[in-house]
Amino acid sequence: MSYVLIVGAKSDIAKELSRVYSKNGYDLYLAARDVNELEEFKTDLEVRSNMNVELVELDITQFDSHQSIYSSLKERPLGVIVVSGYMNEQHVVEKDWSESLNTINVNYTGAVSLLNIIANDFEQEKRGFIVGVSSVAGDRGRKANYIYGSAKAAFSTYLSGLRNRLFESGVSVLTVKPGFVATKMTENLDLPEKLTAQPSEVAQDVFKAQQSGKDILYTKWIWRYVMLIIKHIPEFMFKKMSI
Amino acid sequence: MSLISWGMYPKIDNEVHKLTTTAVLKETLNADNEFIAFGNGRSYGDSAINENIIHVKPYEYFLAFDENQGILHVQAGALLSDILDAYVSRGWFLKVTPGTKLITVGGAIASDIHGKNHHIEGCFSECVVEFRIMLANGEIQTAKKGDELFLATCGGMGLTGVILDAKISLKRINSQFIRQTTIKTKNLKETFDAFEEYKHLPYSVAWIDCLATNEEIGKCLLMVGDFADDGDLRYKAKSKLNIPFNFPSFALNNWSVKAFNWLYYNKAPNGVSKQRVHFDSFFYPLDSIRNWNRIYGKNGFTQYQFILPKESSFEGLEKILTKISKSGKGSFLAVLKLYGKENENYLSFPIEGYSLALDFKIEKGLFELLDELDEIVVEYGGRIYLTKDVRVSQETFEKGYPKIEKFREFREKNQMSKKFHSLQSKRLNL
Repeated sequence: MSYVLIVGAKSDIAKELSRVYSKNGYDLYLAARDVNELEEFKTDLEVRSNMNVELVELDITQFDSHQSIYSSLKERPLGVIVVSGYMNEQHVVEKDWSESLNTINVNYTGAVSLLNIIANDFEQEKRGFIVGVSSVAGDRGRKANYIYGSAKAAFSTYLSGLRNRLFESGVSVLTVKPGFVATKMTENLDLPEKLTAQPSEVAQDVFKAQQSGKDILYTKWIWRYVMLIIKHIPEFMFKKMSI
Repeated sequence: MSLISWGMYPKIDNEVHKLTTTAVLKETLNADNEFIAFGNGRSYGDSAINENIIHVKPYEYFLAFDENQGILHVQAGALLSDILDAYVSRGWFLKVTPGTKLITVGGAIASDIHGKNHHIEGCFSECVVEFRIMLANGEIQTAKKGDELFLATCGGMGLTGVILDAKISLKRINSQFIRQTTIKTKNLKETFDAFEEYKHLPYSVAWIDCLATNEEIGKCLLMVGDFADDGDLRYKAKSKLNIPFNFPSFALNNWSVKAFNWLYYNKAPNGVSKQRVHFDSFFYPLDSIRNWNRIYGKNGFTQYQFILPKESSFEGLEKILTKISKSGKGSFLAVLKLYGKENENYLSFPIEGYSLALDFKIEKGLFELLDELDEIVVEYGGRIYLTKDVRVSQETFEKGYPKIEKFREFREKNQMSKKFHSLQSKRLNL
């Protein structure tokens, strides 16, 4: 059997990823804070795919619990996908330290805590894949969401370093940078249709990129060029713009 | 967000209530409003359009599968394509499927859809073991074959409540490929003869050149077939082409349709030929092009689909095809099909006979032409398909559906007529 561990399994992207991986013959560990809400979804996956699906209670911000949760999995996973993310509105986050801390912990510190453990294990086994869902928001600090963006930037850098370290042991690391995605998190935002991906498209893209051993994935692909431009606007001009 | 139908006409603003849980749905229905359920938006007309919409698509979990009996229990928002994605490789297929797999199970029940095998398998309701539905007062009921709720809901266009989940039976297949025979005919007489000759085969459908004139009227490519037996079930759904924007309205005219029809008809070998084709291209040729409705331009289009009883089909079709080819308002898609026996449901479309479906872009003079076609349909004892309709008159509609009074009484008695309405149900006083 080959298990994939999906962390932050309640999100829309994670759900679509679960469908893609189970359909392609992987068993799944779905990890989330409150797994009770995933019971029906677990049944859905099992009925659709005939693969095993196990629910794992895991809080990405409870760093101390990560080692024991990982060790208690009945079988080592073949791969891990970290989808956990947290984004509140910038004006709330910048005034409330607990919100700032939570943003950093969910998007960065928690992921590092968990992936350190898994990376060591995979390195020793000389196999496995790691996928981290970061964000285009990490490519440049913008006034609209720089706390979230800086945590994602740190996560992207972490994944980049991890990829270089694990290359020799044959463990692949994929950084996913989605642009706008039509999910619960963005439900109330007015997003441009052409730049907005459906969670199912993102999941397909991630699966393909992971299977082919790609390093960095922008999804939709156009974001790579959008961010290329945004990254190259000089700071003295950028600060006057409201991008 | 406003939801529109596949025909992109009419466009009205509407409030969309996502179906996530039955508790939320019950609360929604409590409000002092009228609602209509909306699945994946593949109905052409106004049957799922209203100011308040229950969006059933998000309610899409698979609940159980009985491998021994091939019975799948699934929530109403699941698409037929989801079912195929999951089960073709395990050797199962839908017993009844329409020309698109991108419809929900709830929509399939509410339209009591039919497929290329209606003359053998009947409508979708034949494979529905039971379903659960939320009624106007928020109560959930289970309907089985023979129940009045079943008779009124299958084909009832969502006007009896919100279908929640259903148990449907699947059929065994041994291949993802179809052994297809194509018969090229020269006129309507030959087309009818070919249908009769091949009606022992489970699947059949004819593409008609609706701009052909005089002695060529009714010339067609008839495609018949059945699943192959080679055991190849390694099914992977393919990615799709996209039509990224609405075509300008002049793109589709008499000349472009004529050219398309000429190419399509002439690429097929004369007489009888055999092919091996994938089920996706056999059943769902247009699903491979996302948003193909955009080729008709931003004003939208409609599909005119009617059925005539067998004994009057030939005469009626000849008249109608003559009228269409004279009008010059042809469509790429003109599909002729043979149907088997009528079922007991109050508003299901099929009767034993032939049905023709044609796409028309919405333009000046179209509805007048369709009104004239209606007269012929009524004269020959036929009826119009509600799932495709956006403009039929109440009078024409009622002449085709003798069980309409039973349906109205049932709705009245169960307070459904106070809670569930679409633009279509108001137009036709359903």
